[in-house]
Amino acid sequence: MKRQLMTGNAAAAWGARLADIDYVPAFPITPQTEIIETLANWFDQGEIQGKMTVLESEHSMITAAGAAAATGVRVFTATSSQGLLHAMEMIYTVVGWRAPFVLLNVSRGLSSPITLEPDHTDVLAARDSGFLQLHCATCQEVLDSVLIAYRLAEHPQIRLPVIVNEDGFYLSFTREPVEIPDSSLAKQFVGEFNSGNIKFRASMPESQAVAVLGGSQYSYFRYECHLAMQQALQVYEQLADEFQQQFGRYHGILENFQTEDAEYLFVMMGCFATKAKQAVIQLREAGCKIGLVRPRLLRPFPKEKFIAALRGKKAVAVIDQNLSMGSGGVLHTEISSALYGVTDAPAVIASFIGGLGGRDISQQELFQIAKILRLAAETGITPEPRLLYTELELREFRKLQAIAGVERHELKEQQS
Amino acid sequence: MNETIYQRMKDLPSTHLLGSGTAACAGCGGLQALHQIYEVYGDKTVFINAAGCMTLLSIYPFTPFSGSWLYTAMGSAPAGAQGVRDALDILLAKKRITTDEDLATIVLTGDGSAYGMGVSATSGAIDRNLDFLYICYDNEGYGNTGQQFSSATPHAAKTSTSKGSAGYPGFKKDLFGLWAANKPAYVATVIGTEPLDLARKIEKAKQIKGPRLIIALAPCPTGWNYEPKDSSEIGHLAVKTGVWPLKEYIDGKVIHTKVPKKRLPVEEYLSKQGRFDHLFRPERNEELLKGIQQKVDDYWQAVEND
Repeated sequence: MKRQLMTGNAAAAWGARLADIDYVPAFPITPQTEIIETLANWFDQGEIQGKMTVLESEHSMITAAGAAAATGVRVFTATSSQGLLHAMEMIYTVVGWRAPFVLLNVSRGLSSPITLEPDHTDVLAARDSGFLQLHCATCQEVLDSVLIAYRLAEHPQIRLPVIVNEDGFYLSFTREPVEIPDSSLAKQFVGEFNSGNIKFRASMPESQAVAVLGGSQYSYFRYECHLAMQQALQVYEQLADEFQQQFGRYHGILENFQTEDAEYLFVMMGCFATKAKQAVIQLREAGCKIGLVRPRLLRPFPKEKFIAALRGKKAVAVIDQNLSMGSGGVLHTEISSALYGVTDAPAVIASFIGGLGGRDISQQELFQIAKILRLAAETGITPEPRLLYTELELREFRKLQAIAGVERHELKEQQS
Repeated sequence: MNETIYQRMKDLPSTHLLGSGTAACAGCGGLQALHQIYEVYGDKTVFINAAGCMTLLSIYPFTPFSGSWLYTAMGSAPAGAQGVRDALDILLAKKRITTDEDLATIVLTGDGSAYGMGVSATSGAIDRNLDFLYICYDNEGYGNTGQQFSSATPHAAKTSTSKGSAGYPGFKKDLFGLWAANKPAYVATVIGTEPLDLARKIEKAKQIKGPRLIIALAPCPTGWNYEPKDSSEIGHLAVKTGVWPLKEYIDGKVIHTKVPKKRLPVEEYLSKQGRFDHLFRPERNEELLKGIQQKVDDYWQAVEND
């Protein structure tokens, strides 16, 4: 099979095209826009049959996506950052409609300050919504995940929307070799959309998304969504196997890299995890038994998988590319909670925050983190959570402020 | 209007298509209009609802609608209609459904959504020439939360967020004009107490494609503070005093469908409602009453000059 160079955004669009989508409600936002431009072009050229509608906001876009899925067509849509937050009311709302579709989120830091480059605080704001979440680290994975996402979303025991997440810039605009699956094989894998009894037809009047009175009925429907999502833990594993048989690539719930004999672990999501992979290779060469765990499936939360991967390790560093203000790293909190009370749980689960707004996490920093882990394992003392920021960065920042201050002062003097 | 099948009152359907026993308040002018609209439009429809009083019509597991229903959110019902319409069009084009399975997409919201939070989604739907009917039941305030003022509240009305002696300081937004300025397929005002006028407009709206709006003034006993039995009288007075002009916009023109021959003073309409009580008691607020009358007179003067 031939591979070709393409961006993460192009890979996402290819995923949608190969999934034989019917409908794309859209709204432009950086760094997602290339996806909808690509799809618009394909609709125009007749490469995709169906319709694309550009809404006037992401709030409307997700409403239209849910409503179309509830009428019985296969829907794909995409957004980023502020767009996801603008749509947030509907992100939570459409879950209860049990109308499956796929939303490609291209992660980007949240305002303010307004920025374009990535971190995961945007997608994690949708963490509790009831959307399933798949997180990608390569362009190939973006394409493959879209296909898997439709199977998950439309599975009769799940029937929930799915977010596939790719990092802005680092994946969205970076060209990597990607193998495009044969379209008939992809079609066969995804299958035809059977909307079941969720549809609007003249002969079968249906009231959807109606109000309830009282907590008992409300709880019934909320629990139902939660339990349906948990089915995805099993279903995903079957799908990953089926995908591997069909296309030769395995995308497990967790990517475990050099973890078997590891004494220490990095845990990271998204494409920055590939930086940690590189660090693992170098650290191993220097004699440090370290590995990397990267969750692909974040919702439903693969608690048992984490326990299996982490138990028996001396110390673990969870490097969160997100920040829950006033608490810390989201993944760190979830993993600590999963491991609590487990026999052989690592004595040290350390928290590091880095990569916000696209800030790099350097190899040196990863080596330093490994060093901190070794020390913590020896002393048994978990270090305080670290916000990654170097002295050099701080100096550069102060320098910038000083220059702006001097400029302003000089400008004032000239004016007076 | 000659082609209408609704020549006389006895021509109106009385199928009671919309079920009874809903949670709506006694004397609800919005529900009165909705009953009539539903009978004319029929149930080959999907009603896409935004947060408001009518959201409480369909409460799990019951509904008065024999057709379909989708509740969305307060700000985006027209976008819900877009999604449903697009999906049905795709299914028809791909021959996955037959034309007899098709449905009309109807947005149903109160004034809070139609005049305020939903304007962005509405504007987008008009831009895209979406084939849908928008029904706004306008009870001139956020009724479902206890009648706080909205941008549809008339000048000087007392609401639970404008309790001062002058009432609401703003003026009712011209939603009809807002739509008509963008040249949609059809815009009309109706009221449940003028069923013949209402039925003819719904009949017309049903035959046209594109964005269509029906604004139904919805006398509201709980929000406007009067006895439910007075709803009909207040509805009639809204038209007879000229406060609620019955009109339609079609083919680029605005036509008044029922011009009161001799307009009654607005006081007759206002004095029946507790929300305007402060204009009469403890003493008459001549300035405000004059101002309200003047606005109505100016409106009709402009209509005559047109």
